[in-house]
Amino acid sequence: MRQWLTKTNLLVGLGLAAFYGLIQILIQAGVLRAFHQVNLITACLGIIMAVSLNLITGFTGQFSLGHAGFMAVGAYFSAVLTVRGGVYSPFSIVAGGLLAAVFGLLVGLPALRLKGDYLAIATLGFGEMIRVLLLNAKYVGGAAGLFGIPRTVGWTGAFFAAAATVLVIRNLLWSSYGRACIAVREDEVAAELMGIDITKYKALAFAVGAFFAGLGGGVYAHYFYGLQPDNFGFMRSVDYLVMVVLGGLGSLTGSVLAAVALTFINVILQQYSAVRMILYAVLLIVIMIFRPRGLMGSRELRIGRGGARKAAGDGAAGDA
Amino acid sequence: MKTGKMLMILAAWLLILGLAAGCGAGASGGGTAGDVPGASGGGTAGDVPDGGDTPAPGDAPAVGETGGDIVVGVNFELSGNLAGYGQAKLNGLRIALDEINALGGVLGKTLVVKEYDNKGDNAEAVSLATRLMGEDKVVAMIGPVTSGRVMAAADVARQFGIPLVTGTGTSVGITVRADGEVNPFVYRTCFTDPYQGTLAASYAAGSLGLKTAALLVNQSDDYSIYMASAFQDAFEAAGGQIVDSVSFMQGDLDFRTALTKIKSAGAAMIFCPNYYEPNALIARQALELGYDGYIIGGDGWDNRDHLIQTAGPEALQKVYFINHYFPGDTGDDNQRFVEKYAELYHSAPPSFAALGYDTMWFVADAIEKAGAADPAAIDRAIAGTVGFQGITGTFDMGPNHDPIKSAVVIGFDEEGNYRLADRVR
Repeated sequence: MRQWLTKTNLLVGLGLAAFYGLIQILIQAGVLRAFHQVNLITACLGIIMAVSLNLITGFTGQFSLGHAGFMAVGAYFSAVLTVRGGVYSPFSIVAGGLLAAVFGLLVGLPALRLKGDYLAIATLGFGEMIRVLLLNAKYVGGAAGLFGIPRTVGWTGAFFAAAATVLVIRNLLWSSYGRACIAVREDEVAAELMGIDITKYKALAFAVGAFFAGLGGGVYAHYFYGLQPDNFGFMRSVDYLVMVVLGGLGSLTGSVLAAVALTFINVILQQYSAVRMILYAVLLIVIMIFRPRGLMGSRELRIGRGGARKAAGDGAAGDA
Repeated sequence: MKTGKMLMILAAWLLILGLAAGCGAGASGGGTAGDVPGASGGGTAGDVPDGGDTPAPGDAPAVGETGGDIVVGVNFELSGNLAGYGQAKLNGLRIALDEINALGGVLGKTLVVKEYDNKGDNAEAVSLATRLMGEDKVVAMIGPVTSGRVMAAADVARQFGIPLVTGTGTSVGITVRADGEVNPFVYRTCFTDPYQGTLAASYAAGSLGLKTAALLVNQSDDYSIYMASAFQDAFEAAGGQIVDSVSFMQGDLDFRTALTKIKSAGAAMIFCPNYYEPNALIARQALELGYDGYIIGGDGWDNRDHLIQTAGPEALQKVYFINHYFPGDTGDDNQRFVEKYAELYHSAPPSFAALGYDTMWFVADAIEKAGAADPAAIDRAIAGTVGFQGITGTFDMGPNHDPIKSAVVIGFDEEGNYRLADRVR
């Protein structure tokens, strides 16, 4: 943290820039067509959502089923700012994230007296509450949804949002805040005895996680033309939770890998409607049997220190 | 960590939801967007604007043709909680496809359908529209099935300049945007929600000669709200009077209070523009409370098996609803379709199947008329359709990209079978 210009940071930065540039060139050259871009952006969205949920569930140990609720808050707020308020869309997307963070705190503070299953139910209730409120909100179209949002986010916007999510959460986890979060996950009583303010760190995790979920919602709103409350239901929260668990609770690179992998598996399954849900479920079961702690466990793929290694508490650097 | 147990519960939920995907078919796609455009008759059949930034027109291979076949895309809700609607529509569509190819295909080539499943998710519907139009080079896309998905995919059709035809999305906002502009390249072959309300009012005030009505509306569904307001306008214009209006929320099961209130207000009919689950309960509870007026609604009633099981035939004797299609129609085409459907799927075809069948024929007809597998020519052919004869009625494509189409009024006989009460337009 003290020295920014380390070899690793340089490598990560160069790697990210090279990856971005390569895709950008391929898009310009027409090699990656519209459909490839949709999937790249869906994968970026998956990364944003899974990594931010991993901060809450994987690193801080707070089981949340309300991630789609935070996403909906960001999506609707940013869409309203852009469409009705005429705000420049990157600003409205960030504003959507900020409002989601406020909701994260609002949910966080009372709900954080709860643990485990009870917290899961409370967050599930929060997600449903947001959805039902939106269903009844005439201003944003109610059940019929809010359509006619201009598509202002493309590969560049989605990539930078995803990269920012991973880097900010990675740095947070490497700091003393992150270590405190992990201590809360491992043993609340012990953490409290060590002088860690449990409520504060839980609320912090919820607020930061919700911010990025809201950011993801903004990206969604400004790429997919329209929003409907039913698209932010319980199943969407589960979809992202599946990514987190599949990648490994407590592994950022695992979440990234899982988000990308599940996006592409979904594309392959699009043409097999009859067996789609079954194949998907079977696939998840098989992976969980052979990798019970997820693809990466709590390990990280790292640059500069010799491949994958146990990162007991450490965050991760870089992604593909 | 407690997460192990939660994971098991989650896995169980995933499987249950997967199974639940297979049930339920009948009603129409709900939800209506933004404002109902008042007198925005703008845009005539000819002047569809260009696609604007149509991507890569030059280097694309011959559009819609792979090995001499003509390819049409299908982007349907085939899994998830809307799968019942998508599956029924696909069943009907496949019967039409077989017939078309048995009669020699279109333009002398085999018509091929490329099917994808959008799970009932808007993002997925956008992604698949992009896949069909950008990768599979379809000449036209049929679907999505339900209104929200159609509105999400509509912008992709505009972007690529390839026509999108939905057979079942009844929301106004699909073809006419909130700002009153007609959506280029987006068409439907079914009537809209407000139109059903208007037809119901003219049937009630005209054929039945009713003077007073009460509204019983699902306040959490725009499908109900828009139909009810169109009914109210038309009914009052015809000299009727709305004596009471009661709203309920999605999931309500007890309508006795509302029905007692309506009964004491002395309404000769209840306008009930909801989906079949609440409708069946309303009909049953109205019978139990001794309400002896008419109950009239829209295509959301169309699930005979559910109505018979929940309400029973005796509760349905004074129920009438507007529908796209009457399975007992004696036309040759319809009889052939009903027989074929029963042979393949062992049931009477629901409206969605009939609309799927008609939409496939409609698109094939437009390709034939266009004379080439060219999306722009097909778009013009669709916009200029006059007198298309389908099993759900004969129609012209109107200036708002909505068909000008007749509807049927369906009633019930003593055993609870559908009977044709009237044809309205």
